[in-house]
Amino acid sequence: MGKSTVIPFGPQHPVLPEPIHLDLELQDEKVVRASTSIGYVHRGLEKLVEKRGFQEYVYVAERVCGICSFGHGWGYSKAVEGLMGIEVPKRAEYLRTIWHELSRLHSHLLWVGLGADGMGFESLFMHAWRLREIILDIFESTTGGRVIFSACKVGGVRRDIADSELKEIVARLDKLKKEIDAMIYIILGDETIHARLRRVGVVTLEDAIALGCVGPTARASGLPLDYRCGDEGGAYKDLGFRPITETEGDCFARCKVRLRELLQSIDIIKGCVENMPAGDIAVPVKGFPPAAEHFTRVEQPRGEALYYVKGNKTKNLERFRLRTPTNVNIPVLVKMLQGCDLADVPNIILTIDPCISCCER
Amino acid sequence: MSYLKKSPWLIHYDGSSCNGCDIEVLACLTPLYDVERFGIVNTGNPKHADIFLVTGGVNTQNLPVVKQIYEQMPEPKVVIAVGACACTGGVFHDCYNMLGGMDKAIPVDVYVPGCAARPEAIIDGVVKGLTVLEEKQKALAVSVSAGKKEEEIELAPQAVMNERQEGSGCSSR
Ligand code: SF4
Repeated sequence: MGKSTVIPFGPQHPVLPEPIHLDLELQDEKVVRASTSIGYVHRGLEKLVEKRGFQEYVYVAERVCGICSFGHGWGYSKAVEGLMGIEVPKRAEYLRTIWHELSRLHSHLLWVGLGADGMGFESLFMHAWRLREIILDIFESTTGGRVIFSACKVGGVRRDIADSELKEIVARLDKLKKEIDAMIYIILGDETIHARLRRVGVVTLEDAIALGCVGPTARASGLPLDYRCGDEGGAYKDLGFRPITETEGDCFARCKVRLRELLQSIDIIKGCVENMPAGDIAVPVKGFPPAAEHFTRVEQPRGEALYYVKGNKTKNLERFRLRTPTNVNIPVLVKMLQGCDLADVPNIILTIDPCISCCER
Repeated sequence: MSYLKKSPWLIHYDGSSCNGCDIEVLACLTPLYDVERFGIVNTGNPKHADIFLVTGGVNTQNLPVVKQIYEQMPEPKVVIAVGACACTGGVFHDCYNMLGGMDKAIPVDVYVPGCAARPEAIIDGVVKGLTVLEEKQKALAVSVSAGKKEEEIELAPQAVMNERQEGSGCSSR
């Protein structure tokens, strides 16, 4: 063995839309050690609860991440609702589920695009992002925003979706589903993709448990970890939810899990529309959060995110803490990178679907 | 600006944004908005880029990175700050780890407002940036073709570089 070389990867790198820095220690073409350094996007959002009112902070929570923006707004609202003992109307829960699953669709499609771009499959990148625009159009017609749309608030949602509009959404999703099916057919049948992703970056079930993976990364190793099947709000319980798992644990399995979740999300939205209850979309919020604490979880597109809030009988919360999925998946990323080829590094990083801005807040 | 003499290439860096603006920047490149039809290409290499699209504000850790990318870009160059964060710090302006908008780190030519900035606004910003680029190009060109004295000044860096290369081979550092 020759002597090892250290290659810096990032923070500005063509395959990374966001800054993360890795030092890759190489021996020939093999990575023997990888160490990450983060902090390029750290803003200090959690401390901002001390400066913003608890209802106003929803806007900041949404800007933890622009991709799963709705989910973070929901998670924060849910935590405050739990703290204050607010019962959210059924219709609001269903609407939240719809927006959240739409976010998952747009996040996963975005990921397919970035993943394809990382492999050099440019046309698939463009194709996936074209499909994603259909979802963004739905966001825009229902809320007015494309990526950050502030539909969630403490106590419910800000806007209703009329039943006629819901039908139209389903029609649009049906069309989208056909296109997604075609795209999945391409991805699963493409030899180059197989060659690039199969048996690359394998995470065994034991590793997934030991290193605390979450989200599609865990589910691709056979760990059925998905908080949508718990009793965590939304319409999932009524609709009967089952997590999607694969067993191989390689990059391809992670890709398959996300592709199957695309179809699953469409089904969930359809289920919500069919069973949409009538009624209010929000309840008034009175008073300040009590001096107590509460935590809750939301299954984000990248995995489970945990929200903790602590009140102190004033307008501002005393503490807000957020544990995000990418943060939890970094140990397993480092493990996967050990022993892989340099050429596979972008694929491995992209298949955990890192969201650095969530990770660092 | 009636037509472009050159296809502008851009580089994108995410300062400390929430991603919202980044994905809108990428959305500009993809089929719905497709700025590639104007010859605008996203490159990962600062040395190839004319336009620096930067999202998010600056914090102490990314300050040197932003400066480095800016310095690596060849003249003339244009910096476009995309989104409320990059313009002023936006919602995060009073976070403990934020130094403020991008203009705290590098000179910004065009500010694109919005949180998240819409792709239409970003494209508008880039078009405006092209005008600035053209002006900067002209400003550089004038000093070469004008009076003899200026010509010498303009050529000076080139001459210095040649000297250096001759003097110490290619490993001058
Ligand atoms: S301006 Fe808004 S959307 Fe853009 S990066 Fe900042 S917080 Fe995110």
